Amino acid sequence: MAVLMEKKFPVEAGAYESAGEASTTIKRTLKQLGVSADVLRHVSVACYEVELNLVIHSDGGVLTLQVEPDKVTLISKDVGPGIPDIDKAMTEGYSTANEEARTLGFGAGMGLPNMKRNATEFDIQSEVGVGTTITMSFALKG
Amino acid sequence: MNIRELIELTGARNMVPEASLETEVTCGYTCDLLSWVMAHGRAGMAWITVQTHMNVIAVASLMEMAAVIVPEGIEMEGPTLEKAREEGICVLQSDKTAFELCALMAQSGLPGTPREG
Repeated sequence: MAVLMEKKFPVEAGAYESAGEASTTIKRTLKQLGVSADVLRHVSVACYEVELNLVIHSDGGVLTLQVEPDKVTLISKDVGPGIPDIDKAMTEGYSTANEEARTLGFGAGMGLPNMKRNATEFDIQSEVGVGTTITMSFALKG
Repeated sequence: MNIRELIELTGARNMVPEASLETEVTCGYTCDLLSWVMAHGRAGMAWITVQTHMNVIAVASLMEMAAVIVPEGIEMEGPTLEKAREEGICVLQSDKTAFELCALMAQSGLPGTPREG
């Protein structure tokens, strides 16, 4: 289906101070488009989790928002380092977050499972040394 | 219960006077793991946490919480309060412990969050 809107948000590795800015902008954009509160909540949670993952785990990346008539899609594409064992990374409670992230209250190993729980469709592709791409779509009801 | 009543109940100081006192508080919660809060937060929540950095406001705003309560007289950082003003999130500072705050809120009839699955 036709993409009505596409916006890209670069996310810097280690930028804890500004973490959440892309998610906040995406939430505002979707709210203005009239997306329901229920869908908005699911998108917001998944979006913030994936934005934080870029800040905590990646070497930097880009978050892309696509809006279609029947769904919202978020694509997180980073430039590395890649995830060696995706099944392990998807396990609730497993985290490789560093000390700085943990001090701030992150790294509970909830990120990826929480994204999967909130998205209608969730896909993760990763190659060590290349990067990780996470694609999440959210169905728009009514 | 609204923010005004929550302030009266707890005797907390309102650090963001710009935020509306009429905002409805739907439930109470306490947790310092932001990842955990992202999975269990609710709209209208009054969230007690000792964390004081910027990401607290990002979480509260994305989850459309009513208020963040910082216990035990802990000071929230200046830039974090500035962010709270921008986002319209109420930040309350209390000398009470998280335990005492939870007890007060629960006694007044404010519910916790429903358990999932």
